[in-house]
Amino acid sequence: MLVFIIRRLLQSLLALAVMSLLVFVGVYLIGDPVAILASPDATEVDREQIARALGLDRPLWEQYALFVGEALRGNFGKSFVFGQPAMGLIFERMGATVELALVATVVSILVGLPLGIYAGLRPDGIAGRSIMAGSILGFSLPTFWVGLMLIMIFAVQLGVLPASGRGEVGSFLGLHSSLFTLNGIVHLILPATTLALVRAATTIRLARAGVREVLHMDYVKFARAKGLPERRVIGVHVLKNIMIPIVTVTGLEIGSVIAFAVVTETIYAWPGMGKLLIDSIVNLDRPVVVAYLIVVLFILVMLNLVVDILYSVLDPRVRLGEQKG
Amino acid sequence: MSETPTLEVRNLQTHFFTREGVLKAVDDVSFTVRAGEVMGLVGESGSGKTVTGFSVLGLVDPPGRIVGGSILFKGEDLAHAGEERLRALRGSRIAMIFQDPMMTLNPVLRVDTQMIEAILAHEKVSERAARDRAAAALAMVGIAAPEERLLAYPHQFSGGMRQRVAIAIAMLHRPDLIIADEPTTALDVTIQGQILYEVQKLCRETGTALVWVTHDLTVVAGLADTVSVMYAGKIVEQGRVDDVLDRPLHPYTNGLLGSVPSRNRRGQKLRQIPGMTPSLLRLPEGCAFRSRCPRADQACAQMPALAELAPGHLARCVHPHLETAGA
Amino acid sequence: MSATGQDAAAGAPAMRVETPLARFWSEFAESRLALLGLALLTLVALIALLAPLIAPQNPYDLNQLDIMDARLAPGEVSGDGRITYWLGTDGQGRDMLSAMMYGLRISLSVGALSAIFAMALGTIVGLVAAWLGGRWEAVIMRIVDIQLGFPAILVALILLSVLGQGVDKVLIALVIVQWAYFARTARGSALVERRREYIEAASCLDLSGPRIVLRHLLPNCLPPLIVIATIQVAEAIALEATLSFLGLGVPVTEPSLGMLIANGFNFLLSGYYWISVFPGLLLAVAIVAINLVGDQLRDVLNPRLRK
Repeated sequence: MLVFIIRRLLQSLLALAVMSLLVFVGVYLIGDPVAILASPDATEVDREQIARALGLDRPLWEQYALFVGEALRGNFGKSFVFGQPAMGLIFERMGATVELALVATVVSILVGLPLGIYAGLRPDGIAGRSIMAGSILGFSLPTFWVGLMLIMIFAVQLGVLPASGRGEVGSFLGLHSSLFTLNGIVHLILPATTLALVRAATTIRLARAGVREVLHMDYVKFARAKGLPERRVIGVHVLKNIMIPIVTVTGLEIGSVIAFAVVTETIYAWPGMGKLLIDSIVNLDRPVVVAYLIVVLFILVMLNLVVDILYSVLDPRVRLGEQKG
Repeated sequence: MSETPTLEVRNLQTHFFTREGVLKAVDDVSFTVRAGEVMGLVGESGSGKTVTGFSVLGLVDPPGRIVGGSILFKGEDLAHAGEERLRALRGSRIAMIFQDPMMTLNPVLRVDTQMIEAILAHEKVSERAARDRAAAALAMVGIAAPEERLLAYPHQFSGGMRQRVAIAIAMLHRPDLIIADEPTTALDVTIQGQILYEVQKLCRETGTALVWVTHDLTVVAGLADTVSVMYAGKIVEQGRVDDVLDRPLHPYTNGLLGSVPSRNRRGQKLRQIPGMTPSLLRLPEGCAFRSRCPRADQACAQMPALAELAPGHLARCVHPHLETAGA
Repeated sequence: MSATGQDAAAGAPAMRVETPLARFWSEFAESRLALLGLALLTLVALIALLAPLIAPQNPYDLNQLDIMDARLAPGEVSGDGRITYWLGTDGQGRDMLSAMMYGLRISLSVGALSAIFAMALGTIVGLVAAWLGGRWEAVIMRIVDIQLGFPAILVALILLSVLGQGVDKVLIALVIVQWAYFARTARGSALVERRREYIEAASCLDLSGPRIVLRHLLPNCLPPLIVIATIQVAEAIALEATLSFLGLGVPVTEPSLGMLIANGFNFLLSGYYWISVFPGLLLAVAIVAINLVGDQLRDVLNPRLRK
């Protein structure tokens, strides 16, 4: 188990190094930050000065070597725009994004799992069909448009929920989160719902497909033949088996929820790192973009590891270390 | 011996309502099993023998359902019993053993979980007591170090061992009736013998009635007291095991026996039944076997009734092999 | 239970003799939702195709626009009394109905083209990987894995920030995002098919590698690829709309549906709901229709789910 984790971590480091190079080269190709930073009437000398100050006058490989050297010491460069360490900027805003993503994920499971199981048990009933039709809507409707509609209905027409910002952040046991204040929770409702919609739709489909497959297994029939009450057959024998794919997919998809928070944060002016990314792309703020991608990459790699470990906990047939590569 | 039989199935009809039409998987099936008795329910796959077994437990999956007849378990009609009553009987009074031991135990639950829940579903005992009983049941079916094995997951057992666990679970409540659906077909021959012996012994000791569903006549010969042969959803021959195996009346049973390799007929050519089992959706008029039957003629276009052609020996045939039966 | 299932399956084909296409259609038509999806999809495609003929106005022709007509509510008539704006006008006095029809053209063509290109690229890569095997296959599939492990929207965002704006750039970005799905699917089904006997038979006949891949492997890998392609068209349309909404997609001069919605976002809070809501509804209808069709295609083409 320990050997497995160490090996996975080493592999992940390698992936991180390769991806950072790709990201760096890719981002290097994005326009010329000097053109944006310098005032329109700046002279050629001014421009060169700015370029030198940012280290942009050196060749690409030298910039990358410098970047790696600094990065290993935990320094990911300063934002061209804010003049602060890029990583610090990301970390400041990461809490808000992670909070949004986690709340959305939890909501999507709390909503999607029961609905999906129900639809799986009664696939031909009216309710089961409606749930499936709803789930098609759920992953078809573009996130940003759903966000707009929710704002229009709940903020503009009904005026019951705030349309933008994060609200008050409370702290509890050293954790800072909107969940600890009523105002914070109220602000969280619309963004989290918007972000949860696609995931809930996917969870419904996974749960339904899982139930329909597992229900036909002999072990479910055998459980019934033992005279177990239906709630134990479904709640233990079926649920434990369908949870394996659901936990795996949900875990892996947290990364994409964080990525999609870019859209949600833009709509709701949520002060997370996704909004920072969009601003930085528009402003060609290269260090911040690189820092963001490295953070997201790191989160993805960690999620993969956690999901692998969870997988072996959930499915006794899987032994870590002897699988995959 | 005049007490109520453990199981008396009368004119059972279980049909599947599929997109292509109504599939009469079980059509007018009757048989009786008394306490301590073993009945072999023989037929090819698709003959309805498995569905008959599931019907008794009320475990027929939709789109199938029991549409007619009665299933009298110690006098109580299960075909019209409520789900809660059936649940109370399942596992405690009527148990079932499945065909494929690799599939019957839930892969993600430990053996102890699966055994203890089976006890607690029917009896209010402490977890501790249930665990002890589970261990004792494992020991009874010949599993060494049962306390330890209880903590294992199904994939850590071999196929034969898993079937033993399934049998131990079936025997937990000393049921009055066990329905065993080809429990040995997926196993090695040596293991098969052990399991057969094990089940036979347990049934003798506890007076449990046993319905042994199989396609294998040799298994029936050594195990059963009575035999019912099914073909295309109907019983075509029924009687005491010696009568049916030694003097088969129905050409189908005769054909089945002829296709079993036997030491007594060494060197002779094995016979085979020509053709395939007809689809239950498109059964021909009259006897379902007539398209494959060497004796079929115009008279077979009328479905014959199941008739007692010799004492205690029934067959559903227009041209039965009476010449051998008479002997 | 398994026994009866087999009989049902064995009984089905002989029941009525049908061509594969007729059988496919009868299975597809079993779901009323799928038929509804197909009808909607046909309608939407027709509107997009015929937009220049049926739109009341050419929304790209600035001479036809009258800034005095800006932000008119649905049903109002233009200042000169020439057109009725059934769905209102946007901030520049553009007829929303016309703008939506033209926007739909862009959204649908971007979605369809990117899926087709991605399918071509991904299928070739996947089949080549499956055919080459060994180290090449491992390398190719590793790249596919890495690509798929990275959220599509992020890849597209970064790519577009590198490439800049424009319909062609969006297309390139979408193809790069999507090819990996096809590559994985193509390789997966090619591996399954390769083990089948008819491929072995073809190899024995000494047919050339490319010939076997094209004439024998490809046709058998197509069903799953078609299902993925349908879903990817919907994905691409949604992704393009999202990117345009974020300001990184198609240029403002040729607005897609996503761009129209983004333009309306600013007016939404002031109560001019129609500028955002109607294009959004049309976009939603298009995507839902495609997904309904794709869902049923998957059920019909997947033999494992067949009873």
